[in-house]
Amino acid sequence: MSAPPADTYTVGGKADTWIGRIRDKAVKAYPPDRLLPDSQPAYVASWAYVFGALTLGAFIVVLLSGGVLAVEGPAWWHKSNAGLFVNSTHLWSTELFFMFMVVHLWAKFFMAAWRGRRKATWITGVIAFAVSIATAFTGYLSQQNFDSEWIGTQAKDGINSTGAGAFWNVLNFGQMLMWHIVLLPLLVALVIGIHVLLVRRRGVVPPFAPTQAQLAKAGLGLATNLAAPASPLAPQAPADSLPGDQPELLEDQS
Amino acid sequence: MSATDATAQPGAHRTRRFRPDRDVVEWQGDYRRYDLAKEVVVSFVVVLVLVIACAIVFSSPDDPPVTVKSWSIAAPVDFAQTAMTELDGTSPTATYGPPYTNTPGASQKLGPISIERAVGVRIPINTAQDFVLRPLATLPDRPSLDAALSRYESASAAQRARWDAAYEKVVADASFSDGRLVVKSGPYGPVGVLIGNLESMARSGALDGALLASPQLYATNYTNPLLFIANGTYMTSLAGLRHLQGDQWGMMNETGNFPGQAWLWLYTMWYQIPPMNTSSNGDVEVWAIMMVLTLLLALVPFIPGLRSIPRWLGIYRLIWRNHYRSLGPDALSQLPPGRRPLRR
Amino acid sequence: MGLVSGTSVDGGTALFAALVHLGGAGKYIHWGFVQISLANLIVIAVMIVLFVAAIALPFPRHETRRK
Repeated sequence: MSAPPADTYTVGGKADTWIGRIRDKAVKAYPPDRLLPDSQPAYVASWAYVFGALTLGAFIVVLLSGGVLAVEGPAWWHKSNAGLFVNSTHLWSTELFFMFMVVHLWAKFFMAAWRGRRKATWITGVIAFAVSIATAFTGYLSQQNFDSEWIGTQAKDGINSTGAGAFWNVLNFGQMLMWHIVLLPLLVALVIGIHVLLVRRRGVVPPFAPTQAQLAKAGLGLATNLAAPASPLAPQAPADSLPGDQPELLEDQS
Repeated sequence: MSATDATAQPGAHRTRRFRPDRDVVEWQGDYRRYDLAKEVVVSFVVVLVLVIACAIVFSSPDDPPVTVKSWSIAAPVDFAQTAMTELDGTSPTATYGPPYTNTPGASQKLGPISIERAVGVRIPINTAQDFVLRPLATLPDRPSLDAALSRYESASAAQRARWDAAYEKVVADASFSDGRLVVKSGPYGPVGVLIGNLESMARSGALDGALLASPQLYATNYTNPLLFIANGTYMTSLAGLRHLQGDQWGMMNETGNFPGQAWLWLYTMWYQIPPMNTSSNGDVEVWAIMMVLTLLLALVPFIPGLRSIPRWLGIYRLIWRNHYRSLGPDALSQLPPGRRPLRR
Repeated sequence: MGLVSGTSVDGGTALFAALVHLGGAGKYIHWGFVQISLANLIVIAVMIVLFVAAIALPFPRHETRRK
């Protein structure tokens, strides 16, 4: 019998270091096949599910195109055709980002995707939307052209009226640019990261329970049969009905 | 273990009703092959291709900015009239209130509360000094201007006010010819010399730089020149031609035929309708409305009725139609707990 | 490299490079109290089309397996 290898990865032992406890909590919440799954529930069978990934794809293109603009500095795109092209990619990826994000919002709303302890997923999504709007706003302010000076001199009234204008000066190009390229992208990335981790933790929301009509059409009665083993990807397994439960009438949504 | 939030553990103190708009029974059924990495990569490539195509086909707008120089060349009389309001303290910036000035009664209120006023003046601007007198003082080799400046600054406030009012009257009918401002004569003391020199300073381009607060070469804060330009009518008229003004749903728009910020539709909509469209507190009112609506959107999962709309509308039945068509025995495990058994 | 010699690349000059010229006067649609640019209307229409198509179009089915 050979000795175990030196770096043995163990899960579940009682760690007494901060890093150990963090590791154990993380692995417990995100076992590898939940964090990076290669299967998904059979009901995930609609093109409506692609818009989250498309939003993320657009976000990456926004960051990359912004990064190229940063390489040459904020004046470059006014003076160079290549710079104007990169600016165009930054603008259009932003337009696509918002288009895909809002369609993703519509799809998630019509699926009531907050059900089943997924409220935080919904809330972080709304926060991501709001912070993205602020990020785009600071981008528009950083253009150093007619559009940016008009937007700044007009938007100042709204922002000043909240009192925030005393600290966050939309006519201060340096401040707005740095919020746009440093602070807000980090915040957006953080919120998106939390949002995606929450999706992985809870899984994609299941469909609404079938109606009586749908069950009847499928020739099914209501004797529950819970012999099916629980999937590791499903956070919890349902119980048999308990005597004290109030029976919930299924509305016939015909 | 119980269905999500739905059933009490034996011995627990509370039972919680299963609410179909809040709770689910987690999936026990089949799984399909799914490649997360491929989905992310394909999404990225699809978007990248779309973006490059749009950039090649449509490009992006870059209308050159209005500068103090371009403004005073294109609309010299409007510049002079605006400059006069900066000097006599009647311009929109001079009477703005916080965060720029302490003008009483000039901040927006929501009911009795003015957050603007509570926060106070943190970007202090004195338009007479910052937009007119100090920039003029930077000009070298102009003895008549130096004399006018010291005469104006050493006069009493009452005397300055009389000169200002007299010049206000004549600049209303000013014209511009042979490279200079033409106004009728009047008892306005040195003010004519001041505004005339400011006009030529603007047209030379020197005023753009002199307005910047930073005394050094490098500047990144353009508050003063932008406020000065915005106080005139020239930039506003250019914006009107481009459908960018507030009452044109301008917040959503971009110059030319480019798509703008369609996601601001609801924010700008409130500015088009009463009472916000004529209210002197319109900005803070719209902000308050939008903050409440954004909060409501975030809290939809907690709001009965609102969170039931997806189930009532039934669009989910289209999204999950494959699932509903292929219901098998597993479907029964997805039902809420406490089903009353039906006759088969 | 890529510098437009002589003139700065402003809104007018640069847009010669675009295949579809989106500069110039914007087209706007007035409908009651609503004013919307044609461009924004197209964006919103595309979003709606995408959403409807995503729901309506059939989705390829793969083999299922029980986990």
